[in-house]
Amino acid sequence: MLPVIRPELHFLGQNVQWTIPTELENRFLVTFEKFCTRTLPAVTHGLLLAASNLPLPMATTQTASSSKSTSISELKRIASQVRRDIVRQVHGVQSGHPGGSLGCADFFTALYFHIMKHDPEPWDMDGKGQDLFFLSNGHISPVFYSALARSGYFPVKELATFRKLDTRLQGHPTTHEGLPGVRMASGSLGQGLSVAIGAALAKKLNNDDHIVYTLHGDGELQEGQIWEAAMFAAGKKVDNLISTVDYNGRQIDGDVDDVMPLGDLKAKWVAFGWDVLETNGNDMAQLVNALGQAKTRTGKGKPVMILMRTEMGQGVDFMMNSHEWHGIAPNDQQLKDALGQLEETLGDY
Amino acid sequence: MNSFPILDQKDTRSGFGAGLHELGKQNPNVVALCADLIGSLKMDAFKKDFPDRFFQVGIAEANMMGIAAGLTIGGKVPFTGTFANFSTGRVYDQIRQSIAYAGKNVKICASHAGLTLGEDGATHQILEDIGLMRMLPGMTVIVPCDYNQTKQATIAIGAHEGLVYLRFGRPKWPVFIPADMPFEIGKAQVLIEGSDVSIFACGHLVWKALQAAEELAKTGIKAEVINVHTIKPLDTKAVLSSVKKTGCVVTCEEHNKYGGLGDAIAQVLATTMPTPQEYVAVNDSFGESGTADQLLKKYGLDVPDIVQASQRVIKRK
Repeated sequence: MLPVIRPELHFLGQNVQWTIPTELENRFLVTFEKFCTRTLPAVTHGLLLAASNLPLPMATTQTASSSKSTSISELKRIASQVRRDIVRQVHGVQSGHPGGSLGCADFFTALYFHIMKHDPEPWDMDGKGQDLFFLSNGHISPVFYSALARSGYFPVKELATFRKLDTRLQGHPTTHEGLPGVRMASGSLGQGLSVAIGAALAKKLNNDDHIVYTLHGDGELQEGQIWEAAMFAAGKKVDNLISTVDYNGRQIDGDVDDVMPLGDLKAKWVAFGWDVLETNGNDMAQLVNALGQAKTRTGKGKPVMILMRTEMGQGVDFMMNSHEWHGIAPNDQQLKDALGQLEETLGDY
Repeated sequence: MNSFPILDQKDTRSGFGAGLHELGKQNPNVVALCADLIGSLKMDAFKKDFPDRFFQVGIAEANMMGIAAGLTIGGKVPFTGTFANFSTGRVYDQIRQSIAYAGKNVKICASHAGLTLGEDGATHQILEDIGLMRMLPGMTVIVPCDYNQTKQATIAIGAHEGLVYLRFGRPKWPVFIPADMPFEIGKAQVLIEGSDVSIFACGHLVWKALQAAEELAKTGIKAEVINVHTIKPLDTKAVLSSVKKTGCVVTCEEHNKYGGLGDAIAQVLATTMPTPQEYVAVNDSFGESGTADQLLKKYGLDVPDIVQASQRVIKRK
């Protein structure tokens, strides 16, 4: 089974995107894991060779809103597998944070399989000439790890080591173990926006016009450092930055509104000087559109914020509508029930 | 016997400013950040000549540490500047996670350390920072002793790959290290050779230790004075080779007696060569307002305190 592949090429000086015709899927019985172990250039090369025997694939200049229904459906299929990976990782070690991870599965899928310009190989820390992503709410590591593995940063089977002794997939993401795709340690909340600003400033100094993305929990916005960083990013015109909030309204101790109300979150970010978008973070089409729009708003003197309304536990009915599944693992029966609701689309690890 | 005449009177923070400016000329990847203390940290020259590489973050130290960590992703070498209290205690978790655990090449440069900042009082006189920074895995901790050495150390850490805490101070202080004296991170300097007692000192108290050695010489005691400008990694070879000769130790630091230079040396000695030791350090208290000289005297960090500690420890041999 072939995942959606939209390699970007520089063709006749234009940045073009090739959409693989669906009939190709039947010609390639490539497992996803094999795909993940290859370098993107190699995959691109192979597909171009294959494509030479077919009618020319459609080339479209990439625009923010160019997503097609086919790609949306493929993204949904990937997101389903990411959700399976999340539940299985957390179940496998009986530890971790499934709720927020499930709620952000669509975002990570959209980001890593459609929006960001990034190369898993060769991996290097500096990421010059690439878009960068920083996960500030590090406890939703299962979704981050799945997205990284499924997009080729490390073997998918390594997801089975999540949170286990000697793993590179630490409970919270870290650079300490050298896991490709992770550029910052996170877990202690509120720090990722500052880090992303630093990386965005480095890109400006390096004349690198790529974008830095972040994700934050809504509960995390209770940390004061977030607002120090918010002030800086707007005040110093860090406009190569797109931040997003997993606005699910829940945190460990209950509803955000009960624990510490955020008030009018949009008005707060606007007041701090950000360009703010809102979207449904669990509707792939809306999400892709919002992320695409956000990209068009970079480079205009303001940092960009997307408030993504999500549901904690999205995709697994008994994990939704509550904060209870913030940080507990499903038992065997619950795993079975959860997997019954999530289609295996790319092959389990 | 004084082989270290006073060359000048300058503050160590100015040595930092001069070193940073020099680094700015040498390395285009060096960037600097400051939290509303440009004048105090003497970062004006860097800001003036390299405005694109200077970031004023306002009174937001936590954010400054995070931005510094992020700037390393893209190959920059960030130097943060604020007071020692706001460089460490205020932002410990940011340093711990985003810089130390993440292994980022950030240089945390801290002025107004210890009692000698004077009249501002205890809120600003951090006496725990060496301990805090020493405890972080991978952190290099440097406490240079005068203007010239602070300038040298600033330039040296720019070429050093890895996270560094550089601690210096506010007051004008004797300059006695010749500008051409070699400086190497992690290599202690034997300033005066002696055979009766090893006096290990860092920062402003190195000058006090040199004066104490002069006093001791008048009573026939030959003190060896060693400038331990790098507290981590500690030059254990230099420590042991001196102690083998003298058999007793005095440690001198402008810091609480817990967690600083004295403890670093005690740990080496306890595990390899148990040796009588006396601490010249603040006795587990906060500071207060006063002049630098008054405070050093009141809190037991002055020349007579080092002389008496030496006399005590020699008797314990």
